[in-house]
Amino acid sequence: MLAYLIRRLFAAAVMLVVIVLVVFSIFFLFPKWAGVDVALSFVGKQADPAAVEGVRQKLGLGEPIYTQAWEFFKGIFAGRTYSGGGDVTNCPAPCFGYSFRTEQSVWPVLTDRLPVTLGLALGAAVLWLIFGLAAGVLSALKRGTLWDRTAMVVALAGVSLPIYFTGMLSLAIFVFGLKWFNGDYVPLEDSFSGWFGGMILPWITLAFLYAAMYARITRATMLEVLGEDYIRTARAKGLREQTVIGKHAMRSTMTPILTMLGMDLGALIGGAILTETTFSLPGLGQAVLNAIKTQDLPIILGVVLITSLAVLIANLVVDVMYAVIDPRVRLS
Amino acid sequence: MTELSKTGAAVGEPTSNSSAPSSFLEVRDLKVHFPTDDGLVKSVDGLSFQLEKGKTLGIVGESGSGKSVTSLGIMGLHTAGQYGKRKAQLSGEIWLDGTELLSADPDHVRKLRGRQMAMIFQDPLSALHPYYTIGQQIVEAYRIHHDVDKKTAKRRAVEMLDRVGIPQPDKRVDSYPHEFSGGMRQRAMIAMSLVNNPELLIADEPTTALDVTVQAQILDLIRDLQKEFGSAVIVITHDLGVVAELADDILVMYGGRCVERGPAEKVFYEPRHPYTWGLLGSMPRLDREQQERLIPVKGSPPSLINIPSGCAFNPRCPYADLPKDNVTRTVRPELAEVGSRHWAACHLGKEQRERIWTEEIAPKL
Repeated sequence: MLAYLIRRLFAAAVMLVVIVLVVFSIFFLFPKWAGVDVALSFVGKQADPAAVEGVRQKLGLGEPIYTQAWEFFKGIFAGRTYSGGGDVTNCPAPCFGYSFRTEQSVWPVLTDRLPVTLGLALGAAVLWLIFGLAAGVLSALKRGTLWDRTAMVVALAGVSLPIYFTGMLSLAIFVFGLKWFNGDYVPLEDSFSGWFGGMILPWITLAFLYAAMYARITRATMLEVLGEDYIRTARAKGLREQTVIGKHAMRSTMTPILTMLGMDLGALIGGAILTETTFSLPGLGQAVLNAIKTQDLPIILGVVLITSLAVLIANLVVDVMYAVIDPRVRLS
Repeated sequence: MTELSKTGAAVGEPTSNSSAPSSFLEVRDLKVHFPTDDGLVKSVDGLSFQLEKGKTLGIVGESGSGKSVTSLGIMGLHTAGQYGKRKAQLSGEIWLDGTELLSADPDHVRKLRGRQMAMIFQDPLSALHPYYTIGQQIVEAYRIHHDVDKKTAKRRAVEMLDRVGIPQPDKRVDSYPHEFSGGMRQRAMIAMSLVNNPELLIADEPTTALDVTVQAQILDLIRDLQKEFGSAVIVITHDLGVVAELADDILVMYGGRCVERGPAEKVFYEPRHPYTWGLLGSMPRLDREQQERLIPVKGSPPSLINIPSGCAFNPRCPYADLPKDNVTRTVRPELAEVGSRHWAACHLGKEQRERIWTEEIAPKL
């Protein structure tokens, strides 16, 4: 188990380095090959050539590619110093550069917004796991009945309806119509109840979509597992049906669900763009959307790296949990 | 009849009254039907037999003859964990040690499962939970029926693993099923089924998924354990070689019904049903030299939705045209006594069958 863990950690570290390099290439190399000047996107097309040259000097865009890549890489882990073009700017680690638009350091922007997205994703995950698994298991156990069909139709609706539809609808009904909730985001450190009240609708909207998917997967997996020989063995031992389902069948059913959960959480932490935009949540998704609109390269880059890191960590956690659940995984 | 079964018989005639029988296990007119989109599947359609403690009954037949369905029926595993709208339909009586199981409270039957009656399955790899150690699974089986702490139960698990011949049981108890070889897995499975000293052990194709070399070991093990524990054993198999080694009595199933039953030596040396002849003819044997080719039973097992009218075996039976008036295709033959504690369901005359067996079939085997 320990060897497995070390292997996975090492693989994750290598992956992280590769991701940083690939992301760097996408944002600084491809524009160069495509003939787009990164310095121009910082100062704007109408800027005078001297300003453009200044920016180029400052950001070190004139340096050879490998120097730039190394500086970028070093900046993230050890901090870097922008010294080109006269004045010196010290950027402590982790340095993702400065926003082209607001000239704020990227890292505080990320750390400000990450908790919002994290709260959204984790809260929704709790909801969709509870409801998705419960609906899926019940449907599997009552397959072919009215309950099963109703649940699966609702699940189909959940999978098919886009968030900007369900989100808008819930806003229109519960915030503007019934006025049950306040539509504004309140940071958690200001007021827990305010935060909670503001997050309920986004959670439910996001969870509805995922609960639907999880219910369908749970139902299908549970049906498959119930047909396994070892479930029959469990019954032949004289186990109570709730133990057969809750212990023997559930443990096998959790395997694919955990895999999905890891990937979904990783992707969501990178920004639930639709949900955050619909509910005006100041999370990473909203930040990246604004950054894309204004061509704010360092912000996009920072968010992409954070997303990759989130996916990486989520996958690592899934792999470890996988090995905890399924002893056969520890072998290879 | 009771006299017969008291002589240690595992087989007796079906009785129509529903009072508790004197036999340890008595199955009376058991029917197990499954409704499907295509119609009612009559997997078992009127099966009766008796079994005493310390005796072994071999149930033989092709795939789909209803062997496994019968054993699952006795264990109550058709109704336990049955979800959805379509339910298996069971009728008849199953008496185990004075309790009728089909009409008993399902929770009472659940408590008998694993304790009074236990089962060994065909493929030990898929029948053991891949995520739990062998020890955990045996401990669980023991603790359902015994109020002991985990330590005591684990000691018991090690003891059982040792008993079924697993080397280093105190270490292997913490292994997972995938870390065992096929034969070891089946030994572990047997250890798990015997952990509560069940009085009835059902082995459903216990050696089919195993190496030939391991098969004999497992059969020896089952026989030794039966002697030690004195339980009643039902061995279900399509392999006559397996029952030849183990069974006191043999029940041959075809199309969900019993076509012949009797003491093992009778069924092997004086079989009185054309289907049993077919099974014997298709069995590879090392002790005879003259025969070079096996004689297969022509055709395939009957559809359990449309069981042929008359004798279910008539489309494949080479002697179907011998009885008069097309009776094999219109009237279903009932079990009739053909010898001491020996029954067969066939329209051919008793003497006719004796003649065909001694003159045509036996010399070719």
